[in-house]
Amino acid sequence: MSILVNGSSRVVVQGMTGREGSFHTERMLAAGTKVVAGVTPGKGGETVCGLPVFDTVVEAVAATGADVSVIFVPARFAKTAVLQAAEGGVRLAVLITEGIPVRDMSELVSELGLDDGPVSERPFVLVGPNCPGVVTPGECNVGIMAATLFSPGNVGIVSRSGTLTYEIAMGLTRVGLGQSTCVGVGGDPVHGIGFLECLELFEADPMTAAIVLVGEIGGDDEERAAEYAATHLTKPVVAYIAGFTAPPGKRMGHAGAIISGSSGTATAKAAALEAAGIPVARRPDETPRLVAEALAEGGHHGAEIGR
Amino acid sequence: MDLFEYQGKELFAAAGIDVLRSRLARTEAEAVRATEEFGYPVAVKAQVLTGGRGKAGGVRLVSRPEELPEAVAPILRMTIKDKPVRAVLVEEGATVLRELYVAITLDRHAKSPVLIFSRRGGVDIEQVAADDPGALLRLPLSAASAECREHCDSIAAAAALGDATLEAALVRTVERLWTLYRERDLSLVEVNPLAVVDAPVRIVALDAKVVVDDNALYRQPELAARRPDEDERERAAREAGVTYLTLDGTVGVLGNGAGLVMSTLDMIGAAGGAAADFCDVGGGARAQRIAAALDIIASDRRVRSLLVNIFGGITRCDEVAAGILAWREHTSVDLPLVVRLDGNNAADGLAMLERAGCAGLTVTQSAREAVDAAVTAAAGKKGDPA
Repeated sequence: MSILVNGSSRVVVQGMTGREGSFHTERMLAAGTKVVAGVTPGKGGETVCGLPVFDTVVEAVAATGADVSVIFVPARFAKTAVLQAAEGGVRLAVLITEGIPVRDMSELVSELGLDDGPVSERPFVLVGPNCPGVVTPGECNVGIMAATLFSPGNVGIVSRSGTLTYEIAMGLTRVGLGQSTCVGVGGDPVHGIGFLECLELFEADPMTAAIVLVGEIGGDDEERAAEYAATHLTKPVVAYIAGFTAPPGKRMGHAGAIISGSSGTATAKAAALEAAGIPVARRPDETPRLVAEALAEGGHHGAEIGR
Repeated sequence: MDLFEYQGKELFAAAGIDVLRSRLARTEAEAVRATEEFGYPVAVKAQVLTGGRGKAGGVRLVSRPEELPEAVAPILRMTIKDKPVRAVLVEEGATVLRELYVAITLDRHAKSPVLIFSRRGGVDIEQVAADDPGALLRLPLSAASAECREHCDSIAAAAALGDATLEAALVRTVERLWTLYRERDLSLVEVNPLAVVDAPVRIVALDAKVVVDDNALYRQPELAARRPDEDERERAAREAGVTYLTLDGTVGVLGNGAGLVMSTLDMIGAAGGAAADFCDVGGGARAQRIAAALDIIASDRRVRSLLVNIFGGITRCDEVAAGILAWREHTSVDLPLVVRLDGNNAADGLAMLERAGCAGLTVTQSAREAVDAAVTAAAGKKGDPA
């Protein structure tokens, strides 16, 4: 088991005929992912990487039974591509594209009701944008992550940063701690599922025994995750936060701080996580040791793992 | 992208949001000409993209012509939080009867915009939020709807202006701010204060803080054309496709991915050093981009050592190595350089650097060793006087 994707996921690539799309399709195939089709409006009937290309997701799903879409289209077409994916009936879309206007994302959340109800009951789930994708090592790699850095195991990773996901997954792999699923939720202010949904999914996943949360400055997702973990999780969580020395660069005026009720600093996030009993690594390379300790101790509430 | 107050007010005026008459002045003579147009008193306001302008003395009220030079000249010489003041806004005077606060920004958790209104404007709004939370309204807006009428009654009630004409003007202003925010892809519009002024009694935006969503500039060409002046390194970085920010330290940093670069800055801090910059070359950078980024970082004369920290996912470490070697070939900069390569094609990249055998080049495979070496090198190397 795993979350979001596994060995039986059938993947359609929106934007497969583009440079990025075809490059990463090859890589996903090489990692063993069941990529079954591509979609590019106006290019239906072509073949890329030996796979059929369709004009719409609806057609691709009807012909191939795809249930996951990964999206590589340029930013200005991204909103339409996500609407197409939802209409096409896939249960998960992973939006890799960066540089999408915030307004487009807000409109998507509102038009598709993306945040309505518990994640396990939603008919359509979006990961991203501006994210590296989702990997269930040895089974399915959806996105742009390098499959060779990961190994199968029981540590779930949810991260706002792509390269830090690599760094931490590789660190875990090197000490023999494999991963159940690694989710890069993306760094944009408005995105699909986040820490809370992934924590909920990992908690319910029998294969996952411990969770690594990789956060960074800005917003209050980490503070909310800390509160959620303290009240809803039995499995141990370990965190790493980047940005302790980041200058208060682009401030969103004063209004931003009033909205979130948090300063958004790394220090505030680490304090909230530690107050919830979640150890916070000070360097990425401290994470594997903290995970090993957490696994040895069991849940931070002393509950049984993998019940 | 942050806009200057004068640029924000140009947007306001075009959107039908009332502002006082004002002129931008880059010299004393231009300031004098502005006053000839609308007389005295005037406010002289430093145009700078940072907060705390008032506290730093960047705003002066001038009531007589002979006082104007002594107000304008010092402000034009000021630097506020490292930002040099290059122009002032000369604005006609007005008697302020009431100060309100209004802002629209993104509520990240709700994933939609929110309108914030307070009857207590003209002061530090974070302080109002702390002392008197009841004085602050937070009204959710829907990204999918142009309407904000449902909130207008509560805003009018909170403002308690006691005058139907003024109330209508307030509601109209709020509606136009929401239209502006939506149609122009703003991330923030903040008016503090939104003032009731006298003679005639009306509502005007006395300040304008406007931030545009960088991702939307492609469809906002008129706003993209207003990009405020950048320094030379920032412009070179934008053209090279890298994210670059100047910081205060002496270790020049290059990495891939915002998270990894931030993490590198943290490790430098923990090792007793300080980074001179934040430079993210993004994913899949080719040799040319790496060399261009190193040029930009090394052109900062405070930099005493260089640290390249790459964890290759799509980025190929052999491309990074090729970029480093190409840069060493053409640069005249002689700085200790520490390189950490891991991930995609790391072995090839490390072998290339080893074969080249450059003096002053240290290669490591762990970020921690690299950080320690770069911090030590920066401490030992005497930099050029800034």
